[in-house]
Amino acid sequence: MPTRRQFVHAAGTLAAASLLPLDVAAQSDPFAPLIADFTGGAPIKQGRVTLDIPELADNGNAVPLRVSVENDMSSASHVQRITILSEKNPRPVIGTFHLTPRNGRALISTRIRLNGAQRLMAIAQLSDGTYWSASADVIVTSSACWDES
Amino acid sequence: MSLARIQVPASAKRGEVIEVRIAIQHAMEAGFRYDNNGRTIPKNVINTLVARYNGTEVFRAELGSGISANPYLQFFMTAEASGDIEFSWVDDAGERGSERAAIVVVG
Repeated sequence: MPTRRQFVHAAGTLAAASLLPLDVAAQSDPFAPLIADFTGGAPIKQGRVTLDIPELADNGNAVPLRVSVENDMSSASHVQRITILSEKNPRPVIGTFHLTPRNGRALISTRIRLNGAQRLMAIAQLSDGTYWSASADVIVTSSACWDES
Repeated sequence: MSLARIQVPASAKRGEVIEVRIAIQHAMEAGFRYDNNGRTIPKNVINTLVARYNGTEVFRAELGSGISANPYLQFFMTAEASGDIEFSWVDDAGERGSERAAIVVVG
C-alpha cells in the first residue's frame, strides 16, 4: 500500500513527464503541428528540396519564392505535393501545390507575403510516401501590413 | 470576374517540358486590414486554382492569405499535343474565374 507521500510524488512525476515534451516541442518548433497536418506523422528527411528566397527582402508584401525538388517526375516516383510553411505569418500555411508526372519538372514559383523576418520551410511529398524538406531564413525590412497601419 | 494573363511558349516540341506562368488580378484580401470606418475588410483570397491541359488536370494550388496580391504562379508541364491549357479558380466570396491559352505542339 503506497503512502500518500509516495502517491503524490509519483503522480507529480508522471504529470511532469507527460506535459514537458509537448510544451518544449510547441515552444521550440512552431512548424511541428503544421508538419504533422501535412505528413500525418510520417518522418521527414532533409534534402532533395531547394527553397530559393532572397536573404533580404525589401517588401514583405511580395517576396519571390521558388521551390524545386530533385526528382525526374517519372510516374514511378514523382512529387505529389509541395507545401510552404511560415514561422510568423498569422496563417502559417502559405500554399500547397499538387503536381503530377505530367509536369515533367518539379519546380514551382510564386510571390508571398511575409510578416517580418522569419524562417520558411518547404516540404515535398513524393509518390513513394517519403517526405523531404528544406528551410530558409529571410530578413524582411518592411513587413506585409497585417496590423492596422 | 478577375483578369488574368497566361504565358506559355509560342510553340513547343512534342515531349518538351515547357514553362507555364499565370498572373491573376485579385486583391488577395488577407482579412487583417480595416476600411476608413474601422471595419475589418473581410478575408477574400483565391483559395483554389486548377490548371487543365486538354481537359486533364496537370496542376492544382491551394492558396491562402500568405500569397501576394495579384497572385503569380509558375510551373512546368510536358507538351504532348496541341490544344489548350485552361486555368480556373475560385475565391472565398465564391467568385469564379477562368482563362485559357493555346499550346502549339510541332513535330
